[in-house]
Amino acid sequence: METFGLWIAALLTLGIMSFLYKDNPIYKFCESIFIGISAGYWFVSLFWQSMYPRLYLNIRGAISTLLHEGRISDDRWLYLVAGILGVMMLLRLVPKIGWISRWPLSFIVGSTAGLYFITYLQSNIMNQIRSTIIPIYVPGNLGISISNLIVFVGVFCGLVYFFFSREHKGAFGGAAKVGIWFLMITFGASFGFTVMSRMSLLIGRIDFLFGTWLGLIK
Amino acid sequence: MNFFDKLMKIDRRIIFLFVAAAVILPFFLSIHQKILISPEVQGLYDAFESLPPGSKIMISYDYDPASAPELQPMAVTAMKYCFTKGLKVIILGLWPQGSIQANMAIESALEDPRVKEKNPQYGKDWVNLGYMSGNELVIQRMGTDIPVTFPRDYQGNPVEDLPLMQGIKNFSNVDFIFNLSAGYPGTQEWVQFAADRFHAKLGAGNTAVQAPGMYPYLRAGQLVGLLGGMKGASEFEKLTDFEGKGTKFMLSQSFAHAIIIIFIIIGNLAYFISRGVKKK
Repeated sequence: METFGLWIAALLTLGIMSFLYKDNPIYKFCESIFIGISAGYWFVSLFWQSMYPRLYLNIRGAISTLLHEGRISDDRWLYLVAGILGVMMLLRLVPKIGWISRWPLSFIVGSTAGLYFITYLQSNIMNQIRSTIIPIYVPGNLGISISNLIVFVGVFCGLVYFFFSREHKGAFGGAAKVGIWFLMITFGASFGFTVMSRMSLLIGRIDFLFGTWLGLIK
Repeated sequence: MNFFDKLMKIDRRIIFLFVAAAVILPFFLSIHQKILISPEVQGLYDAFESLPPGSKIMISYDYDPASAPELQPMAVTAMKYCFTKGLKVIILGLWPQGSIQANMAIESALEDPRVKEKNPQYGKDWVNLGYMSGNELVIQRMGTDIPVTFPRDYQGNPVEDLPLMQGIKNFSNVDFIFNLSAGYPGTQEWVQFAADRFHAKLGAGNTAVQAPGMYPYLRAGQLVGLLGGMKGASEFEKLTDFEGKGTKFMLSQSFAHAIIIIFIIIGNLAYFISRGVKKK
């Protein structure tokens, strides 16, 4: 059975890779299988690992407490609210009453905005500003001094570039140009990392085909 | 059409062939590539090393098979290291396939003779809490109550029955968090919610695509260390002395990069020379 699975995986890999030559029906077939299986897997996984234990079991527990102990004060009833909001969200599939889905959506947008306002302010603004306020010259350590100077110039010129209320001319324009260079270097570094990432995926597949499947690599 | 014009219009499939050759050939060569350690990987290793045996470490597997070639070597090495050093591992996943990747990493780790010798046991040395939907809200909830967030483990056992989970209430009972991430939810959310809000000590292993975005967090001290892509994995393997797929794949990675650099140079030369010829 394991060998059968291995062959299926290898043939599907080759089918997807055939797109490198040109678009073809085998590629489309493999792509469709991938999309179908992914959707199915996500659904089953979400149902058994989330909806069943979190929603069903909790609500069942709350009902059981109510029936056996006569207690209605149970935190687990809150899951019923979540369940109702979930059902309301699904109502967008019914065009006539689809507007109801806006209520749970508003709940999500409001709570997410509130949550992220604090976290982004703390993690991505305050902490980053704090880490930029550094001594440009560190006595006895030339490496750190150069590194800190680069950070300072990069942040300053980058901010100048994004200041559009004044024409980019003279010294101001020069600083903006340096800012562009810093941005270009950043994009270049990101692209380099992206190439490394994509190559890693290819290497992983080659290792599977030549190693796990054909047994040519030890 | 001169030679350089032809070079500019080279069929992309020829480039694919060169890249394929550059990736495949190194698998059959016995060249050992020197791996240099970067400060961010050293930082992560130092954080692991500073943990005494018995420390509780949380590993969040936030990726799926698509990113496994980069992240799985890191995961396997981390598991081997934790098991041999006597660190207790609490596994979870914010991606549905994450906990399955964790099981695969553990299977690989248990094959290592040094790990076998330690004979790690489920429930005592490691637990897999499974996947939980809710993205960053799961982290937020764990900050106040981990057993309420994960009442049962991956196998359906109540967490209060697992010896390792005794005394674990929130992040203050976890000595270190290591996040393996391929996107959202991932390292950024762990930084925002676990490190900055609940002051948890956090390190990360990221896909190379994601890694550049994490450097500001590293510089600001919100992350103690970072493994970026396969290169990061190979460095971590070298430091921990568990040579694995990260190291094995690096030669192919380097060959492929060399080919791409050569093509970039050829492409640019051809462009400028053919432009010069046309101007004349």
